[in-house]
Amino acid sequence: MPDGLFIFFAALTLGAASLLVLSRNAVTSAMGMILTLVGVAADFFLLDAYFLGVLQVLVYAGAVMVLFLFIIMLLSDSGESSTAYPWKQATLGLAIFFFLAAGVFWLFLWSGALPHTAAGATPPELSANPGEFTTSAKSFGRLLYTKYLLPLQISGFLLLVALVGVVSLSKEPKNEVP
Amino acid sequence: MENTTLAHHLLLAGLLFVIGLTGVLVRRNLLVVYMCLELMLTAATLALVAFSRFNQTMDGAVFVFFIITVAAAEVAVGLALIVALFRQQKTVQSNELNTLCD
Repeated sequence: MPDGLFIFFAALTLGAASLLVLSRNAVTSAMGMILTLVGVAADFFLLDAYFLGVLQVLVYAGAVMVLFLFIIMLLSDSGESSTAYPWKQATLGLAIFFFLAAGVFWLFLWSGALPHTAAGATPPELSANPGEFTTSAKSFGRLLYTKYLLPLQISGFLLLVALVGVVSLSKEPKNEVP
Repeated sequence: MENTTLAHHLLLAGLLFVIGLTGVLVRRNLLVVYMCLELMLTAATLALVAFSRFNQTMDGAVFVFFIITVAAAEVAVGLALIVALFRQQKTVQSNELNTLCD
């Protein structure tokens, strides 16, 4: 039986995710998304990944969701809530959800595909790995600047490309001369 | 932490992924579809952190670092695309975006 904090945050996460999918108002969906991300961050804390939990709240629940809310406000398109409830779509979605959720339960609980290692036991094939799991942010920096130096630079370049792309996408289209 | 196993965390990540996938398939508002996509990405990061913690290696956590970076860039570009689409078509409902059908 898992401990109470995990059950609490798992229920919070799944409930907020359901709110995200089920709500017909886009702002309520965004609020559900923020709550889901906070729940996932809490689960990161329970997994001793404190740095990632803080990063999740800062980047996702902070920056990304503010961007989402801003765009929702800008477009303010509430067309979906005025139409009739899409019963056929909802039934189909529920069927898909239960089918896939049954698959998830089978895969992780009964199929025996998961290795039964306790926490703290490194599998032998990973024992030569330079990155030991620690809770400090320093170990991130060490790995990022040694083993993952090239991916780090590529992701920096990706951010630059995204910056330029967004600027060129959001420029007013010029009046075309025929 | 003492009583949770790898299976519990993977179960949570899998259910989150399935909820996000259902949302992507069912919802029609492009912004909500995009949020569900982000939810699937977050579920994948949760599974990576769980594997990283239970295998005592740092690599999964570093992957999550990169995933968060890429997701931030992706959200910026995707939302700019949606805004450009709204400027042209005056809608973000995917069932009304049928210009190629006519």
